[in-house]
Amino acid sequence: MQKSAPQFFDEMQLDDSAVRDIYSAYNSWLQNVPHQQLATKRAEAEVLFRRVGITFNVYGEEDGAERLIPFDVIPRLLSAKEWAQLSAGAIQRVRALNMFLHDIYHKQEIIKAGIVPASILANSQYRPEMFGVDVPNQIYAHIAGIDLVRTSESQFYVLEDNLRTPSGVSYMLEDRKMMMRLFPELFRRYSIAPVEHYPQVLLNNLRAVAQSGVQDPTVVLLSPGAYNSAYFEHAFIAQQMGIELVEGQDLFVRNNAVYMRTTQGPQRVDVIYRRIDDDYLDPLVFNANSMLGVPGLLSVYRNGGVTLANAVGTGVADDKATYIYVPAMIKFYLGEEPLLENVPTFELSKQDDLQYVLAHLNELVVKEVQGSGGYGMLVGPAASKKEIEEFRIRILSRPSSYIAQPTLALSTCPTLVEKGIAPRHVDLRPFVLSGKTVTLVPGALCRVALKEGSLVVNSSQGGGTKDTWVLEGELENLTQQVTEIKKTRAKNTTVEEQVC
Amino acid sequence: MLSRTADHLYWMARSIERAENMARVLDVTYNMSLVPNAAESEAGLWLPALEISGNVEAYERDYEEYSATDVIHYLAMDMNNPSSIYSALRSARENARAVRVAMTSETWENINTLWLEFGQFTGQDFTKSGLREFCDWVKARSHLFRGVCFGTMLRDDAFSFVRLGTFIERADNTARLLDVKYHLLLPSQEEVGGAVDYYEWSAVLHSVSAFHAYQKIFSDTIVPWRVAELLVLRCDMPRSLHACFDEITPILEQLSGVRSSESRRLAGELHAKLHYGQMNDIFQNGLHEFLSVFIESNNLLGSEIQRTFLNAAVN
Repeated sequence: MQKSAPQFFDEMQLDDSAVRDIYSAYNSWLQNVPHQQLATKRAEAEVLFRRVGITFNVYGEEDGAERLIPFDVIPRLLSAKEWAQLSAGAIQRVRALNMFLHDIYHKQEIIKAGIVPASILANSQYRPEMFGVDVPNQIYAHIAGIDLVRTSESQFYVLEDNLRTPSGVSYMLEDRKMMMRLFPELFRRYSIAPVEHYPQVLLNNLRAVAQSGVQDPTVVLLSPGAYNSAYFEHAFIAQQMGIELVEGQDLFVRNNAVYMRTTQGPQRVDVIYRRIDDDYLDPLVFNANSMLGVPGLLSVYRNGGVTLANAVGTGVADDKATYIYVPAMIKFYLGEEPLLENVPTFELSKQDDLQYVLAHLNELVVKEVQGSGGYGMLVGPAASKKEIEEFRIRILSRPSSYIAQPTLALSTCPTLVEKGIAPRHVDLRPFVLSGKTVTLVPGALCRVALKEGSLVVNSSQGGGTKDTWVLEGELENLTQQVTEIKKTRAKNTTVEEQVC
Repeated sequence: MLSRTADHLYWMARSIERAENMARVLDVTYNMSLVPNAAESEAGLWLPALEISGNVEAYERDYEEYSATDVIHYLAMDMNNPSSIYSALRSARENARAVRVAMTSETWENINTLWLEFGQFTGQDFTKSGLREFCDWVKARSHLFRGVCFGTMLRDDAFSFVRLGTFIERADNTARLLDVKYHLLLPSQEEVGGAVDYYEWSAVLHSVSAFHAYQKIFSDTIVPWRVAELLVLRCDMPRSLHACFDEITPILEQLSGVRSSESRRLAGELHAKLHYGQMNDIFQNGLHEFLSVFIESNNLLGSEIQRTFLNAAVN
């Protein structure tokens, strides 16, 4: 195995010799498995994924351009204790963000208190249409993906919040299913917290946010359709929840209600889990050219005739320009200290910050606010001089459109690559669900940058995924279990030998 | 269920069935071409295959002669022919993909695998070799499709629309096959019982997997009117028109529920003709006429199903 570069924290190894406790059993298993066998397992996984059709579409490519997101067979492990800290932090954050969204569309107390500047109301993601609109349980972000990165044993950072239509949860579920199929012996050896109940938790939450008075709410998933890059996920989640997967053309508005067209005539819809961006939801209000939405939907929504999850206008809370205020929001709304830290961030609208950033472009990561997908960003240490200079011009033309952060030494995780097993940088996206309560299932989407040295994990930039194992119970128990299993195995072997 | 979902499921099943029937026609025609003197010319052999699929005109726009190479390519692999096996299977997979939620994962994986496997046949020259293997594969995948639907799907509306698609398409295909072959072969009535005739009619039977059924039921020489009876009126012959409507009629009864619908009435009328009809009467008025009317009514039924259930226009 290649040694991990010393400046990065590795999830498996403390240093060259010591394996972290939670990985010890896995490591001893891994030592005895030839890499060729792992590669065979990975190939097996690819065949299965392709057969199941767990693919994403690549825009603008020829027919048949359905690609697999690379899957790595080496899992990322988190101890029960680590998970307890991360999940408490993520829940705290989402609670505050939902309170912020309610506030910003009602009394705007956080602005009056001078904690968040009024300029936030000019953000293009702020939807004036939502002002004064009451949503059930005051929940805006029913599904939130919180992107976390790690730089040391104890240091986690929130990289960004995804509160619009966060995707990737199907990989959390499908990767787990695949791992259980490929390596059942590991699941016997470890006590791994299950994640399979995610769709059930989500469905219960969605039913809980129907307008009051609805007895047996009809929940649907609204997708842009089979040519959307995340279509597999839409189909998968709808199927897991046993709800209809609808497209805009299947829905229509009448008498302040939304209906779907069925073979038995129109049927009322109460909750729409929508995977279409705000801009495309209703051609009468937003993008008039949208063929994906439902004319009149927003009017019904504002009058309380239907619930949308996530709510319209959540984008104002997950924008990079808002991100910097989240720790202050937590203190303001909850009166608590943030459990998870933000990455220190430079605001280029501030003159001092701008000067510093321009002088240190080769060390920093610069991100465009209101951007996504890893395209509108500069990773200083990985960029060429030419790229840096081009980006400098872009920054100077609109400084307030950018923020900058130090290049984080993202932790690495052993990953099966062509040369064998090597460390690759990873992040973590747990999904926080808000309904009656705020919860998350013990697992996450773990994205891995497969290119050596790369820090960009986005699937659109060649990232892959890993299964994330949250280990249940305390470490001592675990070590004990492993020892017991070993003993039992030894005994069994003896018995078998005797029988032979 | 969603009308759009029903639409996709219905057309998915129709496309698979269409591909299977096309494979049957190709397979049998190819076998005939191996029988010496089966037809006067290559065109005489391959033109009927085009007629059965009902797209001679479209063919003539793109091709000059009815050679084995061209017709096989057109019916099996031509992307511009909406009825080619390629187009039918592709359409089945596209429809399935659009509504994978509405079917069991086994059903979806089955169709997805079918499409992935199809790749192995592209670029092959079927006039040289491999056509039989290809046709066998198409038939086997179609059997598998129906089996996996039957074995895994909940007996709800989704299942009903899948079955409906299969049998509407099958009834159309069987009727066309019989019509073309009968039309073509009848002039040589005086030679009934001749060797070529035997091969032709046994080929027709083979193409609908009815050769052994014929032997078992009639255990006699293969004569055209009995073949017709088998494929029109016998309810125990799974590809006969009667058998198709034994499936279609109750499905439409159940889907319509308390609503009265034109599709239900049409299906009932057709079913009654097949259920109570007699072969003598059909022959007296002309089998060709009977089949023409049937094909037309069956198409009309298809349009009604489309209008009532699948398009679900809201007034």
